[in-house]
Amino acid sequence: MKIIACVKRVPLTDAQVKVGADGASIDSTGLVYSLSFYDDLAVEEAIKTKEKLGGEVTVLTLGSSDASKELRECLAKGADNATILLDPNWAARDARSTAKALAARVKELGGELVFCGRVATDRDQSAVGPMLSAYLGWACVTDVIKLELTATGGTAQRETESGIETVSFPLPAVITCDKGLNEPRLAGLKGIMAAKKKTIDETAPVAVDAAVKVLKVELPAARKAGRIVGEGAAAVPALIDALRNEAKVL
Amino acid sequence: MTSILVFVEHKNGAPRRASLEALGAACATGLTPIALATGPGAANAAAPLSAAGAKKLVVVTGADSYSPDGAAADVVAAVKSHGAVAFLAAASSTGKDLLGRVAGLLDCAPLSDCTSLTYAGGTFTVQRPILAGKAIVTAQSQSAIFCATLRPNTFAVATGSGSAEVVSVASAGGKVTVTGVAAKGDAKLDVKEAPVVVSGGRGLREAAGFKIVEDLASAFGNAAVGASRAVVDSHWRPHGEQVGQTGKTVAPQLYIAVGISGAIQHLAGMRTSKVIVAINKDAAAPIFKVADYGIVGDAFEIVPALTEAVKKAKAAN
Ligand SMILES: Cc1cc2nc3c(=O)[nH]c(=O)nc-3n(C[C@H](O)[C@H](O)[C@H](O)COP(=O)(O)OP(=O)(O)OC[C@H]3O[C@@H](n4cnc5c(N)ncnc54)[C@H](O)[C@@H]3O)c2cc1C
Ligand SMILES: Cc1cc2nc3c(=O)[nH]c(=O)nc-3n(C[C@H](O)[C@H](O)[C@H](O)COP(=O)(O)OP(=O)(O)OC[C@H]3O[C@@H](n4cnc5c(N)ncnc54)[C@H](O)[C@@H]3O)c2cc1C
Repeated sequence: MKIIACVKRVPLTDAQVKVGADGASIDSTGLVYSLSFYDDLAVEEAIKTKEKLGGEVTVLTLGSSDASKELRECLAKGADNATILLDPNWAARDARSTAKALAARVKELGGELVFCGRVATDRDQSAVGPMLSAYLGWACVTDVIKLELTATGGTAQRETESGIETVSFPLPAVITCDKGLNEPRLAGLKGIMAAKKKTIDETAPVAVDAAVKVLKVELPAARKAGRIVGEGAAAVPALIDALRNEAKVL
Repeated sequence: MTSILVFVEHKNGAPRRASLEALGAACATGLTPIALATGPGAANAAAPLSAAGAKKLVVVTGADSYSPDGAAADVVAAVKSHGAVAFLAAASSTGKDLLGRVAGLLDCAPLSDCTSLTYAGGTFTVQRPILAGKAIVTAQSQSAIFCATLRPNTFAVATGSGSAEVVSVASAGGKVTVTGVAAKGDAKLDVKEAPVVVSGGRGLREAAGFKIVEDLASAFGNAAVGASRAVVDSHWRPHGEQVGQTGKTVAPQLYIAVGISGAIQHLAGMRTSKVIVAINKDAAAPIFKVADYGIVGDAFEIVPALTEAVKKAKAAN
């Protein structure tokens, strides 16, 4: 089976954010990047699936050539191939243009099963996976916490507000991975050595105009300064009073 | 009249509050709000949706078990047949799942989890948090049809008059089918939608320490229990309760953090709560920087006292 894991580099979750000089971008100087938390789960699930059902894993990113560092880590863990759809201006892409470019490449690669993360932890859209499935005309299951696959389809569990849903789906499919699905492995020394010898494909993505116009980026308004109402259980009456008469939430 | 289509989640015709809020946001645009509901009992939603401003209800029939791609196809068909200029849903797990599918089918750029929405001169403008709430983006979609999900507990529910016209359409069906839902007990509110969230962290020492948090939540009556990642990773609490960057984003009226230090990834999930209370034994804990009210001290002493006081306050109301 041709398995593809789509991954995105994002700033570390503890990064301090500065607004760019134009007021409509993020100042990227000093930001340190890594794969989005959920994309590690996507890579792990792709490799696990290959180990169980056979096939080949390609990791795919749309981004800059800096991504080769993270892609090499994926190769070291057991992915077979890696592709960067090179776009120096990738951060300005919206979910639609990203999904369209990924869909075109998935078709070229003859993919049958695509793993994405539940959400990329920078723009937080949760959109690329299901959009990709719409462009490919494939089945899609999002936020998957448990997966059982056969050569033609599978069942998945996903967590929703009303409980755990069990979903059945046919292949080809796009699966977006949520926390709990697996525990990503670490690369072993042998894998790391082998990955050094592999080449990482770099090709141009299909051009798609952005349809989201960013007017402004700002830091969130600081919360109005709060106060310590007291220490220990003795402070409870003061808290109740504040919640009831000041905040009016009780 | 130019219309705007709102996908409504419901249980046997009782709409989810987050969907009513999305309908409220649709009403506020001045466009004609059309609701779409699918699955068993959808027609029962007509009365509550009329009362919340819907002018029309599209009932999708034949979708006895939910199919996410089927629902997306049904939404797209309704958007097209009504010439709607926009599609809105709650930023719930179902709504977010639907958004990308609908946007893909319509070839439009989606905007998810928006915290404000305005419509002027034919253009929609939204605000949405990025980088886990560390920055807020003001953005416009230049696509023909505006597609967005709206953060729960952020938009007001509207009041409508009259009764919505009800039309039925048959579902297109889809490839993916929900074959079962292991429901959590009816009494259990979801952390994303509850008006009050009481969250616990590593300061509770062990899984059994959450008893004091559960008791406080039940004293409120309308509260859900949340958790930090540290306790979810220790398997004290299920992942569904995790609040933060790799958990849920919540914006309740009242958020109470017990024994949680306030790491940036946790703050990402709760900093837009209306009122934040922190209980922590360390006066220097970062959680106090975002808290409106704090009590410094031992949670095992403070929380039971707070529970009793909340019970009394509720009984007096
Ligand atoms: C300052 C600034 C603000 C922006 N704000 C917005 C905004 O508010 N809305 C908007 O639509 N766009 C915005 N953009 C564009 C933004 O880059 C896109 O949102 C992004 O390409 C797609 O959404 P996401 O990153 O949230 O991905 P998600 O939809 O959350 O990603 C889900 C999964 O899709 C896959 N995936 C996503 N991106 C890639 C990729 N590049 N390569 C491979 N796989 C990938 C991964 O598996 C990932 O886990 C902004 C850009 C800038 C510069
Ligand atoms: C990629 C990534 C994603 C992450 N995503 C999330 C996320 O989604 N959500 C999240 O929460 N975290 C997330 N984290 C983890 C985050 O960085 C913190 O490690 C975590 O939030 C800490 O949990 P905590 O506050 O419960 O524990 P701690 O930081 O250990 O804090 C415990 C607190 O309890 C207090 N305490 C101890 N005893 C008592 C007592 N008896 N009474 C009162 N107070 C007491 C202590 O003073 C301390 O402040 C993420 C981290 C990474 C790297």
